[in-house]
Amino acid sequence: MDDETSAKRFITPGDADSSELMYRLQTDDPDELMPPAKSHRALSQKQIDTVKRWINEGAPWGGHWAFESFVGVEHDFQGRNPVDVFVERKLKELNISPNKTAEKHTLIRRVSLDITGLPPTPEEVDMFVKDASPGAWERTVDRLLASPHFGERMAWDWLNAARYADTNGYQGDRERTMWPWRDWVVDAYNKNLPFDQFTIWQLAGDLLENPTEEQILATAFNRNHMINGEGGRIAEENRVDYVFDMTETMGTVWLGLTLNCCRCHDHKFDPVTQKDYYSFTAFFNQTPVTGAGGDPQMKPVLAVATTDQKQRETELSNNYKKALDDQSAYARKIAPLQKEWEKNYSSETKWTVLEPISVKATKTTLTVLADQSVLAGGENPDRETHTVEYQPATESITAFKLEVLQHESFTNSGKGLSRSDSGNFVLSEFEVTAAGKPVKIASAVASFEQGGLTINKTFDGNANSGWAVLQQGKVDRPHEGVFFPDYPVKGPLRITLRHDSVHKQHFIGRFRISVTDDPAPKAGKSGQAFRDALKTPSEKRSKEQNALIGKTFRLSEPVYRKLQATTRRAKNALDTYKKSIPKVMVMEDMINPRKNFILNQGLYDSPQDEITAAVPSFLPPLEPNKSANRLALANWLVSSDHPLTARVTVNRIWQMIFGTGLVKTVEDFGVQSEYPVYPGLLDWLASEFIESGWDVKHLLKTIYTSETYRRSSVIHSPSFYESDPQNRYLARGARFRLPSWMIRDQALAVSGLLNPETGGASFNGYQPPGIWEEATFGKKKYQQATGDDLYRRSLYVFWRRIVGPTMFFASSKRQICEVKIPKTNTPMHALSTLNDVTYVEAARHLAERALLSASIDIDRYHFVSERLLARHPSSEELSIWTRAHHRGRDYFQSNPAAASSLLDMGDSKRDESIPAVEHAALTNLCLMLLNLDETLNKE
Amino acid sequence: MSYHILSPDAPSPLQNFQRSINRRQFFGKSATGIGTAALAGLLGSESGAASFPNEKAKAKRVIYLFQNGGPTHVDTFDYKPLLTKLHGTQLPSGYAEGKRFSTMTKDVSSKLVLNSLEPFARHGESGAWVSGLFPHTAKIADELCFIKSMHTDAVNHAPAISFMLSGAQIPGRPTLGAWLTYGLGVEGADLPGFVAMTSISKGTSCGQIFYDFYWGSGFLPSKYQGSKFRGMGDPVLYLKNPDGIDPKLRRGMLDDLAALNEIKYQTTGDPEIETRIAQYEMAYRMQTSVPDLTDFSDEPQHILDMYGPDVTEQGSYAYNCIMARRLIERGVRFVQCMHAGWDQHNSLTTELYNQCRDTDQASAALVTDLKMRGLLDDTLVIWGGEFGRTPFIQGDINNRPRWGRDHHPYAFTTWMAGGGVKPGITYGASDDLGFNVAENPVHVHDFQATILHLLGIDHEKLTYRFQGRQFRLTDVHGHVVKDILA
Repeated sequence: MDDETSAKRFITPGDADSSELMYRLQTDDPDELMPPAKSHRALSQKQIDTVKRWINEGAPWGGHWAFESFVGVEHDFQGRNPVDVFVERKLKELNISPNKTAEKHTLIRRVSLDITGLPPTPEEVDMFVKDASPGAWERTVDRLLASPHFGERMAWDWLNAARYADTNGYQGDRERTMWPWRDWVVDAYNKNLPFDQFTIWQLAGDLLENPTEEQILATAFNRNHMINGEGGRIAEENRVDYVFDMTETMGTVWLGLTLNCCRCHDHKFDPVTQKDYYSFTAFFNQTPVTGAGGDPQMKPVLAVATTDQKQRETELSNNYKKALDDQSAYARKIAPLQKEWEKNYSSETKWTVLEPISVKATKTTLTVLADQSVLAGGENPDRETHTVEYQPATESITAFKLEVLQHESFTNSGKGLSRSDSGNFVLSEFEVTAAGKPVKIASAVASFEQGGLTINKTFDGNANSGWAVLQQGKVDRPHEGVFFPDYPVKGPLRITLRHDSVHKQHFIGRFRISVTDDPAPKAGKSGQAFRDALKTPSEKRSKEQNALIGKTFRLSEPVYRKLQATTRRAKNALDTYKKSIPKVMVMEDMINPRKNFILNQGLYDSPQDEITAAVPSFLPPLEPNKSANRLALANWLVSSDHPLTARVTVNRIWQMIFGTGLVKTVEDFGVQSEYPVYPGLLDWLASEFIESGWDVKHLLKTIYTSETYRRSSVIHSPSFYESDPQNRYLARGARFRLPSWMIRDQALAVSGLLNPETGGASFNGYQPPGIWEEATFGKKKYQQATGDDLYRRSLYVFWRRIVGPTMFFASSKRQICEVKIPKTNTPMHALSTLNDVTYVEAARHLAERALLSASIDIDRYHFVSERLLARHPSSEELSIWTRAHHRGRDYFQSNPAAASSLLDMGDSKRDESIPAVEHAALTNLCLMLLNLDETLNKE
Repeated sequence: MSYHILSPDAPSPLQNFQRSINRRQFFGKSATGIGTAALAGLLGSESGAASFPNEKAKAKRVIYLFQNGGPTHVDTFDYKPLLTKLHGTQLPSGYAEGKRFSTMTKDVSSKLVLNSLEPFARHGESGAWVSGLFPHTAKIADELCFIKSMHTDAVNHAPAISFMLSGAQIPGRPTLGAWLTYGLGVEGADLPGFVAMTSISKGTSCGQIFYDFYWGSGFLPSKYQGSKFRGMGDPVLYLKNPDGIDPKLRRGMLDDLAALNEIKYQTTGDPEIETRIAQYEMAYRMQTSVPDLTDFSDEPQHILDMYGPDVTEQGSYAYNCIMARRLIERGVRFVQCMHAGWDQHNSLTTELYNQCRDTDQASAALVTDLKMRGLLDDTLVIWGGEFGRTPFIQGDINNRPRWGRDHHPYAFTTWMAGGGVKPGITYGASDDLGFNVAENPVHVHDFQATILHLLGIDHEKLTYRFQGRQFRLTDVHGHVVKDILA
């Protein structure tokens, strides 16, 4: 019965009584009844009557409203706001008389919070309340839409939909730097980038012709998905998950369709097939991402620099180029001297034994013997570290030799090299600092290496690995290791031998250090290669041999070495700077596309039929003769005949403003979605949105300037409430709890703590200790921000995906796309706004400002009320405020220590000139007022 | 329980609300206000699906001792003498063909069989096989129902845990505890209906994370989400009054706040305000009930001793076990204790011992303690993880200190106790190597259907409409395992 033809076999249009369907719906025979008894579902009599009426009316068959194009959209509203025309018509039909316009102070608070997420200042309230001229409201709306805070407010909901976070999610939960994209979203809203462009850039900016950096940055939208770096995960499985996530996010945000069930099977109700699903995924299946590893800056990435940063990068890049030029110029200058140098070069490496000037050990007693070797005596601990300092005369040390020597006090009658059970040692780390700076060891060679315990393990930074020399079960001769720094160094030197392995007492018992300035020290392959090259007659030398000799010659020149060091520093500076510029994961399609398949049960390793990128047939077709890529998909979504994008988008905006969408199921416009309460209005708004050139501010202004938006939210009688308990028809204004992030921003704003700085890296706000640590077994340590950063807007709070910021209760998780606004009301919320230091500190600051600006209590109350509620308190309220204030004052007077404790909460300083008891008493009152239902709600 | 009174003459906000429900003069008979349902939940039993539980319900509440990481069934409760015989030899054919393992296991056919680490013995009248690693659990064997034929669809931790707890491998569905509080409502008024706690063995190398979707409510309203009691500091966030504010001052402030909100309610008529008043009251009550909950000074020493030496250490498994009992005594419907560290890929000979040491005594003590208090009859205790571990070795057979086993979804063991389950029985069996299920398979969805059944819920009827379809814990699967019902 899924289509008209098959359904009509069970229906006689115009005659319900002789229709099979009606019999099936009403029969007493459990075998014939529909829906079957086993399904535990039954139709109500009302529903059965509706079916009957429909059949009797001829069983007209139509498509699902949301998939139909816009036809018969009304256009003549006789100069009135169309929102009001639709709403008032319906209210009249329902016989509900709408509320009057809300009080002006209510309105200015409502619209300020709605548009900017911040409360109005008393001056803004005053200006609006006193402005009786025509157009005052419109001017206010315009002013707010032009505020830089508008973009911040709009961005929050978009970030929820885009599952934006500052970490990967999953085990490891590594930090990423996607925030330049977040700032781009704010900016795009502020600049009123038309929604079609907003769409195209984010889904496919990289595929536009000569895309700008901004257009590529926008594509980070797709890459905000979680990344799974868990060990044991199959790369392809991860990659397929990411593609699913991109596809389903697109489906929810633009199409209002929940595609995820089609991973495994055709949609039960909507005409979306499993094939359609995989045809959608094909658009997103072409990035060079492999899915391997958990790199939070997984390529392709875009380094996003500010103008200043770009300038600095150019400077550093020029420095590097100049250093490189100087180096080459000097190399050319000395080139003629090479022949002579080659002739005089001695083939023997001369080692200079170094004299220890200080020795230090953790447990053992170190003695310097006559041959300058160092002997470890005394205690024989499990683990040990020797540190020795030297003052070598050598100017350009190219290698260090560590001789490990025997001694009579050692195992195996002095044949061993330590006092361990076998006489063996395990040197876990060989560390050198020259002139106080750590020296990087580039390579090393050893006289012998025991299996996997190679000498390279002594400079791998891992205390568990190391170098050992047990040969055929014993240690019976001295050994040596030669270590090559990556560049020649000079003293003073400090050499540390660490023995931290699990092997007990395996520390070197006696050792000696020598150095050389031989530009090609004999030990190791490179030295040998150099000598071989030198022995080769010059005309027979290979290109590599010439290069090697040339390089060795140049490095023997101190001036050249200095120039080379300068180049290296310049390169390091440039590289380090480049690294500090945030990298944003963006989109890119591979030149050689992947094949696309239907995956059985959504399993990456069960490909079935091959498919190509395409859109479902019940929706308009893609533009013909263009390659079916993401750009085509984005263009398709915002084509003027697409029935879903505009409807879904205006509905989400409606939800943001009124708390519930015109279609309640904002995430689902499919067959199972709710039928819109105002279908005509939804279609008018959607087509107006398209016709206005997808002008977001225009859409918002249309709604905000309607009478419907401005109605009072008061429920004045039981029958009025009963007529529409959920306020879907909007005979009254919306009244609902502010999102938790806005509650915080409001508290900061009214207290004067808010730091309005926009954009930049995310910050860690107040959070009870141990949240990250507990969730990550101590691997992630929470470092709270300090100073002004703490008081930036909620939008900039760092979002750790596995455990989001605790201050934002009832928030989207930012793990997958979420578009529904939760409006829960739990005791945990109360605890948060009553006890979180954020609110205690805001209360203290609000109290401080009130105390400094007014000398008597009543004036202070008005000061607070104007900021928090945009109005003056009633006398009834004032009497309770006074009572509450006095109770606090009495309490703190008899507990002055408690007053100081309360005032100590929060990082900011307080004005010490205010008596503590007074300050604490008013703080307690302000904390109560921050928890008023009216404060927590927009009304 | 005493409710604070606003003033000698005025009723408390809660009484106020009850009065408003009774008077109905404002909202009429239907009482469809959004606040009404939420408040009813706070005030007493509230059920999201009115027909539950049915009269056959044996269990009223659940304590799920979730062993995170995949406990090795062949080293704990599933005795396989053939492993001893074949130790160190190549896995015989006919077991692993066509099976998928984690990427850590390559070329299954070349794997060597690994014997159980410790000897098994039979215990109690039921004669249940228990490894020497579980001396305490062995003593309560006659209370337990072992299911040795569990199998699951997932091979990695997060998807497998999600599958076990929510019926879907991908996060976003309601978990068992959320479904149960939604279906049955909550019993107490001072604490949330669903509480989750986590712990991890000391010194383990395991890096597994507890994701909050393990106790999430998915698409169910957020009030059904498990409240995570933290393992350090205050168990509930923001529970403490700000510094310098004592309970009396706070009480006064809340009374004034309620009075002001009541004025607001009178002038705007928004029923959600009444809910808010009640929630602030509930918050205050939690501020006193939670410290009382975590104050063990009323526990006799012999009870504390029974749970073992870690019992007073917040965040330990033993602490969470005794907390579980204290929570259900206070009306909490579902307690989920999750203990990580069972993921021994290369540390069987060391960390498995720690893991058993840290969990065995307290798990057994909890069952004994519940029984002594008469609570075991209507409390279902479940012990188990997301999958088992391979009967073959991961690592080098000659390097005993690094022996390990990989994830194994094809057969594993869990146990249940109390709450309408037959005590002292073993249900189902794996094959002679503990590799595949040999008889009476119990799929995760069957297991879930059985748990719901024990609580008087038909798993096919407990549904929630979301995104256009009816969802349930068991998706479109699941059969109640009738043979284990008492």
